[in-house]
Amino acid sequence: MDEILLRMAGIDKFFPGVHALNQCQFELKRGEVHALVGENGAGKSTLMKIATGVYSKDAGQMWYKGSEVEIANTRAAQELGISIIHQELNLMPHLTVAQNIFIGREPRKALKWFVDELELNRKVQELFDQMNLKLDPKTLVSDLTVANQQMVEIAKALSFNAEVLIMDEPTAALTDMEINELFRMIKQLREEGVGIIYISHRMDELKRITDRITVMRDGCYVDTVRTDSVTIDQIISMMVGRELYQTSKPTVSLQTQQVVLEVRNLSSGQLLKDISFHLNKGEILGFAGLMGAGRTEVVRAVFGADPIDKGEIKLHGNTVRIRQPHHAVQHGIGYLSEDRKRYGLLVDMDISMNNAIASFYKFRNAFGWMRDREMRKSAEQHAEALATKTPSVSQKVKFLSGGNQQKVVIGKWLTRDCDVLIFDEPTRGIDVGAKSEIYKLLDQLASEGKAIIIVSSDLPEILRMSHRIIVMCEGRITGELLAEEASQEMIMKYATMRS
Amino acid sequence: MKIAGKGISQPISSKQTGAQSGFKQKLLAFASLIILVIVFSVASSNFFQFSNLVGILVSTAVIGVLALGATFVIITGGIDLALGTVMTFSSVMVGVIITFWGLPVPFGIVGGILAGALCGFISGLMVAKMNIPPFIATLAIMMVTKGLSLVITGAKPIYFNDDPIFAKIAMGKMIPGIPNTIIIFLLLGVIASIILSKTIIGRYNFALGSNEEATRLSGVNTVKWKIVIYTITGIFSGIAGILMASRLNSAQPSLGTGYELEAIAAVVIGGTSLSGGVGSILGTIIGALIMSVLTNGLQIMSVAQEWRTVIVGVVIIIAVYADILRRRKQ
Repeated sequence: MDEILLRMAGIDKFFPGVHALNQCQFELKRGEVHALVGENGAGKSTLMKIATGVYSKDAGQMWYKGSEVEIANTRAAQELGISIIHQELNLMPHLTVAQNIFIGREPRKALKWFVDELELNRKVQELFDQMNLKLDPKTLVSDLTVANQQMVEIAKALSFNAEVLIMDEPTAALTDMEINELFRMIKQLREEGVGIIYISHRMDELKRITDRITVMRDGCYVDTVRTDSVTIDQIISMMVGRELYQTSKPTVSLQTQQVVLEVRNLSSGQLLKDISFHLNKGEILGFAGLMGAGRTEVVRAVFGADPIDKGEIKLHGNTVRIRQPHHAVQHGIGYLSEDRKRYGLLVDMDISMNNAIASFYKFRNAFGWMRDREMRKSAEQHAEALATKTPSVSQKVKFLSGGNQQKVVIGKWLTRDCDVLIFDEPTRGIDVGAKSEIYKLLDQLASEGKAIIIVSSDLPEILRMSHRIIVMCEGRITGELLAEEASQEMIMKYATMRS
Repeated sequence: MKIAGKGISQPISSKQTGAQSGFKQKLLAFASLIILVIVFSVASSNFFQFSNLVGILVSTAVIGVLALGATFVIITGGIDLALGTVMTFSSVMVGVIITFWGLPVPFGIVGGILAGALCGFISGLMVAKMNIPPFIATLAIMMVTKGLSLVITGAKPIYFNDDPIFAKIAMGKMIPGIPNTIIIFLLLGVIASIILSKTIIGRYNFALGSNEEATRLSGVNTVKWKIVIYTITGIFSGIAGILMASRLNSAQPSLGTGYELEAIAAVVIGGTSLSGGVGSILGTIIGALIMSVLTNGLQIMSVAQEWRTVIVGVVIIIAVYADILRRRKQ
């Protein structure tokens, strides 16, 4: 069973301004479970999107069962036998299991005017029998657990006679019992000769289920190793790379021990479990963790953007009640969302308006009349100070680049003069030049006495910017590190510390 | 604080700003209005007469005031289907206060406005606080107010025969030759325009329509401001109710259904986007005028009423599609 199912070599992929994949290679044998690991942004998803026809490659070759192939679109990949199961499942909740599996390929009857539901359910039942899966094809998907929905996705892939199955973080939302069930299914598929590409951040799982591991870093292929020949620590150091960034931080010298924000026992459903931390004046506190660890959820809860079950928030020693964002802003907290266009900006409005939106009270007279000239003046001052590149502050925000848009959002909170600033992914989608300007600005704000939280998936960024780092995993805080003792390896270790 | 280099340094580019594109839209609508007036003037000598033009303005007033109010909610990305029946409900309340209770006219006016404001406030509460979609919330208010108007009056009109002053509110002529209702409409237009373009309410109005979640995350109490905006729309409906009652010298409980759609059509013809964030009062006034010029002109040309409705419908399609094409080009 050493037939090579899928082979990719010399794959290059460029996005505007980014060399996303650089000479990447990958090989999958029949009947093996092959892990693909790397940090967020290492290029795993991009490579898999090329394998499944979502993106086209800019250079390189692909072979499927020995013959070279060009995959034009996702349909072509599916028909070839390459299927992917995404982290966010792509099922229609109000349709039945069977309707989902054969969506777009329904058996028809009576001049093809009607769907043959009987035949549809029979085919799906047959498929489930082969998989040893006890599910009723007529159940609504919305009535299934996440684990069973995943099984439906697997069944859907198999209904295309998939021989290559890509699973992206399949265990992220599963309980231990469900994970065992999933692994049983994976082993069964492996026996039947399906090749499985397994993308996961969970090191312990790699040891349990995979045969080989391919590591990627910064868009490059690092190595492929047999799982039984390496330790978890070795994999992590391959993922992170040897050259570690210098922490140029003067660390604690800048910060005072004056606590500005204190959060106690914050909980919210399954998302946040008993979160407690504090933030000092003049400090940059980093929140690290993998996708879905709950970092964004923490800061959104502190800001009042999402409801919480329980928890106490203290500002300057006083307990405050924050249930809506405007409560938080009144107490001097500003939040810069990870998704600027959706949550941070009025993209159809001009810079002047966006600059003022959080502080309208400053720009109105006693009758509620808006003083436009002062609004413009404030916007111009901030544009100047932040070096925002724009012809004028009457420019609509949608015409600005990502970095300049981020500066407009920063200007919005500077106008409001907040004590606590929360930056969620402050440099996402921003080019290198603007990135360093924003780093400089963060340092400057901290030295002026602002208390700053940054949430970032970019480990070098967290290490470079933070005085102190909190690491989260599955809605809990699993570690707290001072900048001088922190390393990428240590963060990764805490970030994968499952309960 | 200074980070690096110069910010605003490049020459002002000719890229369109919001104000410019809004101006173009209004120009387009205004040009259509002028063309309509010219066409009808040529087609019939009866059209461009002082008395006919005054008649057009008088018939624009009530729908126009409703449309002014509707502009506010529509810019938030919402809708108010209760405009027409809230108008009727308000006029009924005026009748109750003046004729049934025998109170002086000013009480009736205040009562009518408050009735409208209350209806708007309740709609706003449902939309902002209870998260009921605006379409459903205001549909419910439409049915409730329609029913209440009939219940209160026993489905019979209330006449204002005791106090001749009431009829003068709309049809009296403080300026010779021009009925007050026209003056009131234009005055309300100016007030609405100031609220929308100059005050904090107007700014939040556009912000809500542009990106409600970003506005909320900027620390704006979006629930409060949405309720304020629906209440403003209710107040305008209330005023429309007073004008209507004064003009007819009676509160007609079965009138009003369908007015909301004409008002919304006027707003849309005036270039306000139903998806929110874009719009102006001047556009709405022009939109309302286009509707009534069209109706009046076709009437003078003896086009049957059934066909007039068809033509207005087609004009709405043309106006909105032209606007979509114009935006797509940008």
